[in-house]
Parts: sequence; C-alpha cells; structure tokens
Amino acid sequence: MADVLNTLNEKLKTKFGSDILSAEQLFDFPVFTVKKEKILEIIKTLKEEEGFNFLTDLTGTHYPDNKGQELGVIYHLHDMPGNRRIRLKTYASLADPKVLSLTGLFPGANWMERETFDFYGVLFTGHPNLKRILNMDEMNYFPMRREYPMEDAKRDDKDNSMFGR
Amino acid sequence: MAEVKDIVQNKPVEKIYSTLNLGPTHPATHGIFQNILKMDGEIVMDAESTVGYIHRAFEKIAEHRPYNQITPLTDRLNYCSSPINNLGWHMTVEKLIKAEIPKRVQYLRIIIMELSRIADHLVCNSVIGVDTGAMTGFLYVFQYREKIYEIFEEICGARLTTNIGRIGGFERNWSPTVWKKLDEVLEVLPKGLREFENLLTRNRIFIDRVSGCGPISAEKALSYSFTGPNLRAAGVDYDVRVANPYSSYEEFDFKIPVGTTGDTYDRFMVREQEMWESISIIRQAIEKVKKEPADIFHGKVPEFYLPDKEDVYNKMEALIYHFKIVMGEMDVPVGEVYHAVEGGNGELGFYLVSDGGRNPYRLHFRRPCFIYYQAYPEMIKGGMLSDAILTMSSMNVIAGELDA
Repeated sequence: MADVLNTLNEKLKTKFGSDILSAEQLFDFPVFTVKKEKILEIIKTLKEEEGFNFLTDLTGTHYPDNKGQELGVIYHLHDMPGNRRIRLKTYASLADPKVLSLTGLFPGANWMERETFDFYGVLFTGHPNLKRILNMDEMNYFPMRREYPMEDAKRDDKDNSMFGR
Repeated sequence: MAEVKDIVQNKPVEKIYSTLNLGPTHPATHGIFQNILKMDGEIVMDAESTVGYIHRAFEKIAEHRPYNQITPLTDRLNYCSSPINNLGWHMTVEKLIKAEIPKRVQYLRIIIMELSRIADHLVCNSVIGVDTGAMTGFLYVFQYREKIYEIFEEICGARLTTNIGRIGGFERNWSPTVWKKLDEVLEVLPKGLREFENLLTRNRIFIDRVSGCGPISAEKALSYSFTGPNLRAAGVDYDVRVANPYSSYEEFDFKIPVGTTGDTYDRFMVREQEMWESISIIRQAIEKVKKEPADIFHGKVPEFYLPDKEDVYNKMEALIYHFKIVMGEMDVPVGEVYHAVEGGNGELGFYLVSDGGRNPYRLHFRRPCFIYYQAYPEMIKGGMLSDAILTMSSMNVIAGELDA
C-alpha cells in the first residue's frame, strides 16, 4: 500500500512540484491534497499516464473553522487493472467556491458534481448542467453545510441538553 | 407530382416531436422516477431524468446520530438487499476502530449477504419478466424470496428493513431454526431457479424481446462509473468481492459471470448466474462455519458491542459500556475510511470522516444506482418506449438508493 503512495507521490511531485500540498496514508488509502487550480490537470495525468480510469466517488465536505479553505471536494479514483485506489482532496473557500469540473474526463462525474453543488454549493466550472439534483430548485441555501441545524432550532418541545445533542 | 416535389425541395417538412411525461408515479417504473421523454412517434429521441422525489437527507441525519443508530438509515437505501447495506456499514466502522472480527462471524455475514443478493436479483430478474409480459415467473420466484425473508426474520426480527447485526457481530447467535430454514432454502431454491430459467433463458420470445435492448459498451459503462451486474454485463470483470475482498471472501471459490454487449439479456443472464454463484458461496460458508466454535457470534469490541444483560447487572465495566453505548457516547478514533462492499447493484461505498465525536463528521454513501442512472437517457435514446421501461427495470434502479 505504502508503495502506491510513494511511487505516485514521486511522480506527481516531479510533474507538479508544489501543487501537491500533502501526501499521506490513511488506512488503506493513499491521500493527496492538491491545489484546486490543478485538480483537473492532475486527475488527467493520473488517468492517462497512471491508468486511474475509473472515478469511484466524488463528494464534498465542509470545515467551517478551516478559514479560506472551508469547502472540500473529495475524489476517489480507481486503477482497475492494477487494483490501486487513491483519494484526492482539494479545498476551496466559501467566497470563491469554484472548482474545475471533471465531466470532460468522466461523464459519470456529472451527477456527482451536481449532488456536491446541491448540498455544499461548490461551483464546478465547465459543468454542462450545474443545477440542483436531489433538493427542490427553489431552495436558496446549501443544506449540508455545517451551519444548518438538522432540526428547527426554535423548537422548545424537546430537551436534549442531557444527551449531548 | 411536380408540385409535391417542389414543396419537399423548397420547404423541408418540419419534424414534430411530442413530449411525454413518464412518471414520477407510474406503475411500470417500479418506483418514483420521472423522465421527460422527447418522442418521435414511439421512438425515444431524448430523455431528461428528474430524481430526488424520495430524498430523505440521510447524510445530514447521519451527522447527528451515534454510530449504532445509523444502521437503520442504511437499510433504507437499497431496500431490496438491506442486509448488505447494514453489514457494509458495520464493516466500515470496524475498519475505523480496527476491530478484529472472528472468522465465524465473517462467514455468517457472507451467508446473509449472499442470501440478500439472491433476493435482490430475484426481484430484478422476475420484474424483467413482468415488463415483457411474463407474469408467471415473478409470482413463482417470490415464494423463494419469501423464504429468504423468513430467515432474516428469524435472525433479527425484521424482514425488509432489517437492521441486522451490530458493530462487532450479530446481536444474538443464530437459532437452530435459522439453520433448518437455510437448509430448506438451499434445497428448494435451486429447483425454483431452474424452473424460472426454463421459463425465460432459452425462450425465443423472451430473447427476441430483450436482446439488443438498452445496450451499453464497456468503455461507456466505465466512463459512467458503472459497477456491479450492469458493468459486468458490459464485459468488465470487476467485483469488489474479488478486487478488495472483505469479510474473508478471498477464501471462497466462485466465478464472476460477465456478458458481452451490456444489453438487457446480458444483464438478466449475469444476475441469473450470480445467483448460482451465491448459492455455491452459501454452501461453502456453511461448511466453513461448521469448523468454527459454535458459540461465537461477535468480536471482542466492548466499547461498541452491547454486553450481556447478565453482566450489566453484575459487572462494573459491563454497566459502564452498556450506558455509554446506549447513550451513544462511544470513544471513536479520529480518522477517515472508505469501505466498499459489493451490493446488489454494485460497489456500495461508505466514506466516513470521524473527528472523534459521538456522530460521524461526514458520512457519504456511494450509491451505485445514483451513479449509473445518469446513463439512462443515453441508453434508451433511439429505442422504443417499451424498451425504455425494460431498460430501467433491468438496470435495477432502486428509488431508495437513488435518492438517499
């Protein structure tokens, strides 16, 4: 497992240098954090030169305390013949939540990016049809961001103070 | 004659397309799917899918629930094979907490997962029959699905939304009735399956109807991130059970059936063959279980697995763990894991980020249905309307998994 991390890290470092912000091994996954401007280029390199031709998953996350890098986009790529899996992460700020779209490389990224936009408000530049997918079109906020409570905060019929909720 | 020629040459006849709203609730779509079809007569020219009609915000709810309470959310994803979702979630958490699971529990899990795969494929394949006008097979195989559900009921008390197992193992050991029922299923299911295959697989009418319907090439399927039987029908031998074995699948001997053209007949045949492989896996698992000590049904993960009630009354540690688990205050390590299992429809992945709190910081379900349903418009383009219905049921799109 660690070999995958080291070999890929070496290759990416020689090609992209400081655009690779960090590389670490989390459980069975090598994880690379990269600059968001380079994400498309890096994934294209991985697809064309390293054989990572399958986009397993694309999703978002939100770290409100991570100032300037609040919104994360997480990619899981799979090299099926070599059976290698990697995770790529990139962060964007709330003020400028633009990340390059992968739809040109993987048509399957279409709905996954729409879902990420729907829930986190990440704007994928280059996406052909970036609109809400699971929520209704009239919604004017991004519900998976941390600041939105699951229940109406004004409710007073429930006292959960004892239970850490 | 000259006048007609003149009209045709100078003013091209404008093609008129009609718009047809298929769904959201339509008896032929087996779920809540809306497709706005652009039709030229009976030929589908274009389609636009709208999803989200039963979106229940599971990912948001999961961020507010302790780990044990997330299990009931997962079985509402693919409700045709809910035990796979439950056990997949347990295995994800076990990966995060680095729990050691005894071999017997792993084999028991394999039995459950393969049974639910059979139940899932039975529904899908028999519904392909219904959509082509062959109701009989559907009515016959549902009694075998019923027998499988009786086993689930005997193990966990529920049939459809099972909430089966716990983090660390099973909530109780399997009763002798379970093993009896399992033997019964293994005896009658192959006969029933054979009967069902006699009805359809070599049936000229059925083959003419389904072959060439809704095909997809391997290259397209890969680019659309297809997984599971739909990808294998296109000819790619990718199966999570083999590529990244979990729960000791590496010890089992089974084949991965693959198709060639990715059409409805291939999807049907791949699922059909997978059921036979599943039966063989269950038989192997039963043999393996017999060699393990019979009283083990959970691993040693006291922080997550509820202690015996007897111990709760008599032992201090057990009481503390019991209290912490029930109140959802387990100590979860910080970390992030991705774990995938081979669900009924493909790679069912759980991406879990833990910040050490009582709830996951982020939990994302990689739902195979959601990902491959986006290729649906492309697959039905240029075909007949009735083929569109058939393609949808042969892809086995499950509304619960689609919308999460």
